[in-house]
Amino acid sequence: MSSSVPSVGDRIVHKEFPPITRHRLALYCGASGDHNPIHVDIDFAEAAGFPDVFAHGMLVMGYLGQALTDAVAPSRIRSFSTRFAAITQLGAALTCEGTVTELIEQGGEKRAKLALTTKDQNGEVKLAGEAVIAL
Amino acid sequence: MVDQSAVGRTFTPVTARVEPGRLRFFLDTLGETNPVYRDGAAAPVPPTYLFCLEMMDAAEPFEFLTALDIDLARVLHGEQRFDYHAPVVIGDTLTFRPRVTSVTEKKGGAMTLIVVETAVTNQGGIHVADTSRTIVVRNARPS
Repeated sequence: MSSSVPSVGDRIVHKEFPPITRHRLALYCGASGDHNPIHVDIDFAEAAGFPDVFAHGMLVMGYLGQALTDAVAPSRIRSFSTRFAAITQLGAALTCEGTVTELIEQGGEKRAKLALTTKDQNGEVKLAGEAVIAL
Repeated sequence: MVDQSAVGRTFTPVTARVEPGRLRFFLDTLGETNPVYRDGAAAPVPPTYLFCLEMMDAAEPFEFLTALDIDLARVLHGEQRFDYHAPVVIGDTLTFRPRVTSVTEKKGGAMTLIVVETAVTNQGGIHVADTSRTIVVRNARPS
């Protein structure tokens, strides 16, 4: 990120992603090593009580991580965490955002805490998380 | 149902190499075009990629579910955390050592939350990261 220090309340992360397709889930199944059939096999998903396959939580967190590292160099990220608040359905068009909530001194360096969210096109929160970054 | 006796259980360590071709597949899948990840030998890995590496090279990616007698179809991912202590770059060989750190019943036993924490070290023995995943098990209703 730039050398300027962000202020509390600054929204430094913002990125929108294309709607999630079945093809994307199939690719992520292979690319991530997460072969849980619930994300790619509709028969398995239905037997498990779901109407259809749904996105891997870690695909959605991967998008959030991408939005984060568009704004902050990967080497500056000290921690990154999320709660998976709701299942992300097929067709979801996600928007990832991050806002500075606190400036702190920790581990001998100046750091910022960011509140992170991922919402779908209806504004439903899918992921709510936090990152700590070195400034 | 998983109970407190699971706390402290450890599972087979996983060793995984950060391979450029596999990483490129991951980047392309996410539509990731940030040049920082394609910067050759010194390129870092994306922030969630440690989770993938552990699954990719595990002999049994769902070992902890099998070991705890949990049905994969009843599992959801509740939370995920990464703490980064040192850089991870292409070419590194990482070792993942997972262990169960907590088991919590929710909603009168309808759900069980299981936390698995994994220490990650590299080929030099450096402790590069800790990851923590919370698994939500949707328990069968007693009939």
